[in-house]
Amino acid sequence: MKRHLLSMNDLDRNDILTILDTAESMHDVQHREVKKLPTLRGRTVVNLFFEDSTRTRSSFEIAGKWLSADVINISAKGSSTSKGESLRDTVRTVAAMGVDGFVIRHSASGAAQQVSEWVDAVVINAGDGLHEHPTQALLDAYSMRQRLGDLQGLHVALVGDLTHSRVLRSNLICLKTLGARVTVVAPPTLMPAGIETWAASEGFTTSYDLDAVLPCVDAVMMLRVQRERMSGGFFPTAREYTVGYGLTRERLRTLQKHTVICHPGPMNRGLEIAADAADAAQSLVLDQVSAGVAVRMSVLYHLFAGEGSLT
Amino acid sequence: MTRPESAPPSDSPPADLPEGDQSVRVVMSSGDVSRALRRVAHEILERNKGSQDLLVLGIPTRGVALAQRLVHVMAEVEGRDVPSGALDITMHRDDLRRNPIRAIEHTYIPAPGIDDKTVVLVDDVLFSGRTVRAAMDAISDLGRPRAIRLAVLVDRGHRDLPIRADYVGKNLPTSRSERVQVCLAEHDGLDEVRISGGDR
Amino acid sequence: MNTLIKGADLLGAGRQDVLISDSVISAIGTLDPSARTIDETIDADGLVALPGLVDLHTHLREPGREDAETIASGSAAAAIGGFTAILAMANTTPVTDTAEAAERVLDLGRLAGLVDVQPVGAVTKTLGGEELAELGLMAHSRAQVRVFSDDGRCVADAQVMRRALEYVKAFGGVVSQHAQDPMLADHNACCHEGELSGRLGLPGWPGVAEEVIVARDVILARHTGSRVHVAHVSTAGSVEVIRWAKAQGIAVTAEVTPHHLMLTTDLVAGYDPTFKVNPPLRPSQDVEVLRAALADGTIDAVATDHAPHARHDKERTFIDAAFGVLGLETALSVVSEVMVRAGLLDWAGVAQVMSVRPARIAGLARHGRPIAVGEPANLTLVDPSATVTVDREASLSLSRNNPWHGRKLTGAVHATFLHGLPTVLKGELA
Repeated sequence: MKRHLLSMNDLDRNDILTILDTAESMHDVQHREVKKLPTLRGRTVVNLFFEDSTRTRSSFEIAGKWLSADVINISAKGSSTSKGESLRDTVRTVAAMGVDGFVIRHSASGAAQQVSEWVDAVVINAGDGLHEHPTQALLDAYSMRQRLGDLQGLHVALVGDLTHSRVLRSNLICLKTLGARVTVVAPPTLMPAGIETWAASEGFTTSYDLDAVLPCVDAVMMLRVQRERMSGGFFPTAREYTVGYGLTRERLRTLQKHTVICHPGPMNRGLEIAADAADAAQSLVLDQVSAGVAVRMSVLYHLFAGEGSLT
Repeated sequence: MTRPESAPPSDSPPADLPEGDQSVRVVMSSGDVSRALRRVAHEILERNKGSQDLLVLGIPTRGVALAQRLVHVMAEVEGRDVPSGALDITMHRDDLRRNPIRAIEHTYIPAPGIDDKTVVLVDDVLFSGRTVRAAMDAISDLGRPRAIRLAVLVDRGHRDLPIRADYVGKNLPTSRSERVQVCLAEHDGLDEVRISGGDR
Repeated sequence: MNTLIKGADLLGAGRQDVLISDSVISAIGTLDPSARTIDETIDADGLVALPGLVDLHTHLREPGREDAETIASGSAAAAIGGFTAILAMANTTPVTDTAEAAERVLDLGRLAGLVDVQPVGAVTKTLGGEELAELGLMAHSRAQVRVFSDDGRCVADAQVMRRALEYVKAFGGVVSQHAQDPMLADHNACCHEGELSGRLGLPGWPGVAEEVIVARDVILARHTGSRVHVAHVSTAGSVEVIRWAKAQGIAVTAEVTPHHLMLTTDLVAGYDPTFKVNPPLRPSQDVEVLRAALADGTIDAVATDHAPHARHDKERTFIDAAFGVLGLETALSVVSEVMVRAGLLDWAGVAQVMSVRPARIAGLARHGRPIAVGEPANLTLVDPSATVTVDREASLSLSRNNPWHGRKLTGAVHATFLHGLPTVLKGELA
C-alpha cells in the first residue's frame, strides 16, 4: 500500500478490499465495552482542518483514539494561517514537532498532495478542494458492500454535481476499481469539461436522465447540491433541480426492492433527496456514519502501524 | 460482525520440502500429531475436571485448526460440545513497526463471551512468547476470564518473556537459527512437524 | 573600439567575418585582421550570427517587486538569452501609466546597460480597465512608448478597447491584448479546461475565453483601422481567428511564448505550481498548431512572457500560487529545440520571429536590422549544436520559478553584442 492516502488512485483493488476487510474487524471494537486497541500507541496524528467539518474530524479523532494514538486537532481557521503564514510553513512547523502523520482537509484542490511533498510525515487526504475525499468513498463502499455483498459487476448511479464534488470523484474511482458499473447523472452544466473522454477512458457512463437510470441500478448515491451553484448559472432554481435530479418520493417507488440509497451527508432534505427516501428502509445513510469510524480506523492502521519500519 | 470460523485461508506457503536441503528433519509424524493432540485434550479435561465453562480459542492461523481438533476430541469424551473460537492478535502485536502490515484475521468469540470462562489459548508453536503476550492483552480487552491456560502443539524454547505453556504436545529443543514448520491437513494437506536449517 | 568576429555563419551570405567599429557594423567579408587595430577577436567558427533578439513581452517587476526581479537582474538574464532589446510590461507597482513612470524604467534600463529596455505603457489607468491612461504623454516622453498593454489583465470592456485602438493611431502605437474574457475564465481559472481539470478538481481556463476576445479585437481593429497585437497566443482556435483576420487584411500581429511551444497541460497533474502560467499550458494538439503557425507566419513572433516570482509566491497551493514562468535565458534554446531541430524553422526564420518582426512590431528602429555594413551592431551569436542542461540555480534572474530545470536543449547563445559592445561572451556576462 502506498505511504500516503491522497486519492483513490493510490489504492488498487486489493488495497481497497484489505481496508474494507480490516474495517469489519474494527467495527467489532465499536461494540465492545472497552473500545480500545493498543495498535497505534505512541503514534501522534494531527487533524489539520482548514475547513469546518465536525463530522469528518471527529470521526478521525475517535478512530485514532480507539487505536490508542495521540490525536491532536488543529483547526486552522483563525490560526497562524490567517495571519499570513503559508500552508507550507504551517505543516512544516507542525511536522517539526515530530508528528507521525497528518489528516488534512483544505479548500484547495491538490493541497494534500503538495503537503506530502513538503513534509516527511504520512498524509491522509480528508478532503482537498473539489478534488477528492478518499475515506468517504471507502466508507460508502463499505456500507454498500455490507448490504449488497461484492460490488463487482453491480450497477451504481452517482447523482449530483460531479464538477464540484470531491466525494463524487472519489466514489467514482473507488467503485470503478472495485469493478462496479458506474453511471453519473447530472445536468450538463454540472458535468465537468472533458467528461466524455474521461468517461471513455475510465469506462463509466453519463446520463442527463435520472428516471431512465434509477430502475436499473443496485445502488444510488445522491450527492449534496449546493444552493450557491444557482448563482453561478449552473441551474436555475432549486425546484427545477429537484424535479429533474432529485430522489423524490415518486422516484423512490421506481427503485428495485434491493436497491440501496446512499448519501454522504449533510443532506438537503427536499432538494436532492426527499425525506421519505432518506428515511426509507433502503437508505444506508446512518450505516454510512457508523461505518466512518471503522473505515478510518482501518486506514489509520494500514498507514501508520508499520510506519518507521526499516525496510 | 463475527462469523463462525471454518479453516481460514492459509497465509503460509504450501508445505513443500525444500529441495535438496538435507537438514530438514521430520520430528513429528502424522500419527505423532494426532496422538499428542488427543493426550492434550484429555489433560485439559482432567485438569478442568470436565468441560464446564471451558472456552477454547485458537490463535490464527494454525491455532484455529488445532483448537477445532481439540474440542472435537473433548466432545467425544464428554458427550457434549465445547465452545471454541478464534482470537486474532494482530492489533496487539509489539512488532508492527518491524514487519510488513498484516491483514487482520477474524476474531470469533461465541456467546456469551469470555467473562468467567476458563479460556484455553491454542497455538501451534510456542517460541518467544510474544504472540501469547499479545493474546492475553487481546483477551483482557474482551472481558475478564476466570483463568487463561495455554495449549501448544510444540514448545521450542527460547522465551523472551516469562510465559509457559500449560499443555504441550511435544517439547522440542532447538537452536535459534533453526526453523520449525508445523503442517496441518486443513492447511497443508498433511500433518507433520519439521525442523530445518540451523548451524552445522 | 574595433571588434572582429571571425567566420560566423551569416545566413544567406555564408561564412563571413564581421567587423564592429564602436556601435556600428563597419565591414563584412573575409577580412585581414592586420589591416586595422583590432581590440577584440571572437572566433565564431560554427556559430550562427543573428540580429540581436528582441522580446516583446517581459516582466521586470521593478518598481514594486524588486525581491522577484530588478531591471538590472532582468537585463542580465536577457543578455544571457541573446536579447538586445526587451519590452518591459506595465503591471509593476506602481503601474507604468504615466510618462514619468515610463521614463524611470527607461533610465534604470540604461543604467544597467546590458540590454535596451523599452517600457510598455498601460492601456488603462492602474490597469483598472475603465479609463484610458495617458497614452499620448507616454508616447511623447523620452521613453517613446509605442506598445501599450494591460497584460496581467484583459481589456475586457469592448468600448474601452475600441477607444484605445483608435487613440493610439495618432502616434503609431499598438495595443497588446492579454486575451482572457473574465466572465469565461476568472482570476481563479488556472488549468486548461479539459479532462485533466475535471480529474484534478481545478477551476478550468477554457480556450474559448481567449478566442472570443481575439475574435472581438480583430473585428474592432478592422472597424477602427488600427493595429492590434495578440499576446501569448495559446490555442488552436486563436490561431484560426488570426489566420482569418490576416486573410482579411486586418493589421493583427501575434506572439507565442517558448513554454506554449513546448510544455503541455499534463505537467500540472502533480499540482506543481512551477507550471502554473496564464494562459495555462494546453494539450499537445494546441502545441502542434502553435508550432506550425509560427513556422508559417500566422504567428509573427516569439515573446518570452518572462514572469519571475519570489519563492513564497509560488510555494503555495496550486490555486493560490502566482502565475508565471521564467523565460529570458532559455528562449533561444527552446526555439532551437522545438522549431529548428524539428525542421519547422531554419535560423533565418529564427531571426525573423525573434528579432526582425518583434522589432518592427515594437517600432524599435535600431534592432532587428539586417546584418550589413552601416547597421547598428546589435548581434547575437548562436551555437546551434551546443547542448545545455538547464540548471535553475545557475540563472541570473533573482527568481527560481523555472519550468525548464533539468531539461536538455540543443542550441545556445554564445555571445551578445549591444550597440557594438559585448554583453555576453562564451555564454557568460562579459
